[in-house]
Formats: sequence, C-alpha cells, structure tokens
Amino acid sequence: MGSVTLQFLQQIVNGLSLGSIYALIALGYTMVYGIIKLINFAHGDIMMVGAYVGWFATTTLHLSFLPALVLAMMASAILGVLIERIAYKPLRNVIRIASLITAIGVSLFLEYGGMLLVTPQVRTYPPVFPDTIYNIGGIIVKYGDIVMIVTSIILMVLLHVIVQYTKIGKAMRAVSFDTEAALLMGINVNNTISATFAIGSGLAAAAGVLMGVYFNTIDPLMGIIPGLKAFVAAVLGGIGIIPGAMVGGVFLGLTESLVSGLGWSTWRDAVAFLILILVLIVKPSGLFGKNIREKV
Amino acid sequence: MLVLEDINVYYGAIHALKGISFEVNQGEIVTLIGSNGAGKSTSLKTISGLLRPKKGKITFKGENLANIAPQSIVANGISQVPEGRHVFANMTVIENLELGAYLRKDKAGVKQDLKRVYELFPRLLERSSQLSGTLSGGEQQMLAMGRALMSKPQLLLLDEPSMGLAPIFVKQIFSIIKEINSSGTTILLVEQNAHMALSIANRAYVLETGKIVLSGDSQKLAASEEVRRAYLGG
Repeated sequence: MGSVTLQFLQQIVNGLSLGSIYALIALGYTMVYGIIKLINFAHGDIMMVGAYVGWFATTTLHLSFLPALVLAMMASAILGVLIERIAYKPLRNVIRIASLITAIGVSLFLEYGGMLLVTPQVRTYPPVFPDTIYNIGGIIVKYGDIVMIVTSIILMVLLHVIVQYTKIGKAMRAVSFDTEAALLMGINVNNTISATFAIGSGLAAAAGVLMGVYFNTIDPLMGIIPGLKAFVAAVLGGIGIIPGAMVGGVFLGLTESLVSGLGWSTWRDAVAFLILILVLIVKPSGLFGKNIREKV
Repeated sequence: MLVLEDINVYYGAIHALKGISFEVNQGEIVTLIGSNGAGKSTSLKTISGLLRPKKGKITFKGENLANIAPQSIVANGISQVPEGRHVFANMTVIENLELGAYLRKDKAGVKQDLKRVYELFPRLLERSSQLSGTLSGGEQQMLAMGRALMSKPQLLLLDEPSMGLAPIFVKQIFSIIKEINSSGTTILLVEQNAHMALSIANRAYVLETGKIVLSGDSQKLAASEEVRRAYLGG
C-alpha cells in the first residue's frame, strides 16, 4: 500500500476513536433537547465529572476499567437527574431563554466548583489498558482505540434497544413527540424526563472515562471543547434525532482526523465548524432532520 | 359517575370556564355542544387534569379528581381522545396502541383489548406496522380512539372526533362510538357537529362562552327552536 493510503487509513482509525467520544456526548445533548427542547450547556461538564469519578475509581479504589466505567456512569446519571430537578424543572414552563441561561450557569458552577473541589491541577489517569499496539499492515491500532470503539458501539446498541423496545424508551419517544398526548396515556412525564437525563449523563460519563483513559490527562475544564464539538455533532446530525447524533459524532471525528492528517491540524476546528455552517445552509434541520408534515 | 360542580378555569387572565356544572351517568352518551371558543375542549382538558380549575369540584365515582396528576386520572378509568387526534406520528400503529395501555399490568387483558380494537377498526390491523404519520385523517382518528380504548376506560372523553373528516368517515366514527357505548363504556362527547352529536347522545349540554346555557334530553334539544337556530342551521 502506498504511504498516502496508509496515512489515510490511519487517520480513519484515529477519527473513529475520537468520533465515538463525540457521538457518546452528542447523544445526551440530543436526547435532552428532544424531550425538553433545552440545549444543556452543562452536558460537557457532566462528562468531566464522569472522568473524575472514573479517575477516583481507578486510582484510589484501584478498580479496573469496567467497574470504574459503571461507577462513573451511575454517579453522573444521578448528578444529571439532580441538575434537572433542581435547576431546570422549576423553569420548564417559562420562557425558554431562562433555562438556557441557567444551563450556562450550571456549566460554570460545575467547572469552577470542580476546581475548588479537586484543584485546577491536571490529573493523570493510571494506565488502565496494556500498551499493546497492533500493527495491521502498517496501520497502528492501539489497544485503547479498540476499547474506545467497542465500548461506544456496545453503549449505542444498548441505547437503541432501550429507546426502541423498552417501556421507558417508548415513554421517552412519546413525551418528546407530544408531551400533552403522553400525559393522556398516563405517562409520568417528570419521571420520563429524569430517565432521559440519567441516560444522557451516563453516556457522557462513559465518554469522560474513555477520554481520560485515551488521552491520560483530565482537568476541570476538559468538558468545554468536547462539549462544544459534541453539540456541533448533534446539530449536524439533526438535534433531537438519536441516529443523527451518532452519525454526526463519527463524521466530526473523522473530519478532524483527516484534516489533521493532511498536516493542517490547526485548521481542524475551523473545518469542523465550516462543515456545520454548510450543512445548516443546505439543510437547516441537520443531516437526519426531516419535517414531518402533519395530516389534518 | 362524573360530576363537575361550579368549575372555573382561567388561561392567564382569560376566564374560560365560568362556573360550569354538569354530570355524566354510568352508561350514557352525553354531549357538550357549542361554537368555537365556548369552552368545550377546556372542559375535557380540565377533567383529564391537563388544566387545573381555580375553583370547583370534579368527582369521579365519588372520588375527588381536582389536583391529582393526569396519570392518576387515566389510572382511575378516564381516557381522552384529544382534539386533532395527537397520534404519535413517529411511531407505528401498534406502538401507539401499546402506549394507550401504558399503565396496565395485565398482559392477557391488554392482548384481548388489542384484539377488540382491531375488530372495531379493521383498518388499523392492516396498517399495524405502518408509521402512524402516514395514515389518513380518518385512520388517525380511529387510531386515537383505539389508543384511548387500550387503557380500558370506564369513561371515554371524545374531543371533536368528526373534525376534518370526510362525511363517510364521520358516519363510521359515530356508529363506532355507539358501539363502544353499548359494550359498556360511558361517553362524554364534545362536538361542533351538533346534528350528529345530538343524534347519538342521550343528553346534551349547550355551552356558550364558558357557561352552560341549555341542557336536557338530546332529542328535545334537537327539536327546540333555540338550538335549531344557533347550532343546526335552521
């Protein structure tokens, strides 16, 4: 294989790893937007909290990857539900900008509250995985790449099963499509919204742990940029649409990697946002967005 | 069965229901008729707990319904087919019907009721795996009614079931309403199509700008000069 092809395939591998993180975060954005039409700007910071819980679990508690991941997901799920109940629920029926501003406030609270609690110092994740590197015909695949992609795929399949086939998943779809009709079915809307926050926050925590493991370092502001990127991914795919967030995340990861691979790594964010702008000009509802016409 | 006493409902500063009282007895078909904005849908939304009365009392089988959550009202046996049908267009017909039985735990009973809904509306069986957004207006009305029946209600609230439907569908829907009633479900029907509503109802209440202005046997109301002039176009 020529070196160009090799380089290209290498960046595809990197892009898939990065993209699966974006996708996991984007899912939470899109699910929360789908159900209460709120851009939860604190979502990236929930991911950061998950990364810290995972760090705590692997260092202080000496847990291995899987239990640490589960613990981080559970802790963040609870945090997500608390944030919704305390900060967003009282504002559910007032003008939407109020909850948007509150979300920014919650985001800052987590970032700087986090700094107070764990200090702004950068922490290093212990080596959770072996340093094994697989050389597949010249393409370097790290053990971490495989774990990252496989974990993300498993979580997304799990999410798909929950949303499509379980009772709570059907309730989530019903509430996000038509809250009033969902109430008439006897669906407890508050509990359904809580479940959505729990699942979205849990997925963000998984992304946080994976990021910590993959990039080794974490800090209280680590959620900002991936959070923004994931937001872009969610909008790119069509906000509120679950498969859209998955595709948007992977697409963004691939774009960034390929741009970096071409040697323009300083331009990768610019390209990501440029693509977002272009997609929104051509298709304002995002790649997967469609306008369901209501028949009367 | 259902008793409303002096119900007052506001939308912000707008006084939408100005102390209305009426009752629905077990086994009846009762209709609320009146023009646009009279407060018919508001009445149904208040019974279902989507709107809260500022004043007044709603009792169902002796139990006070004011200030309990909508899901408890459904659990108590009241189900509503909302105006404009409100089917979950992003879900299949069967998923919509399953959501209607959301609160039920008796799987065998749910299965039986699904069979019954498919007997009442064979069209839904044909389209059970189709997205409900692709159904015609009449089919969506059938789906909304089937979905409401899936909760096995004792009292079914129907809000403008004939709205926007072709005359052939209207006839069909009304004959199905009668059928549902004769198999034991009490019905409270809100309609702008006063003629059709009065033809199947036992009793009727006429609403005008948030107040009940007339009530009584529906045959007699249909014959009365006032109702004929205002609502029956003659």
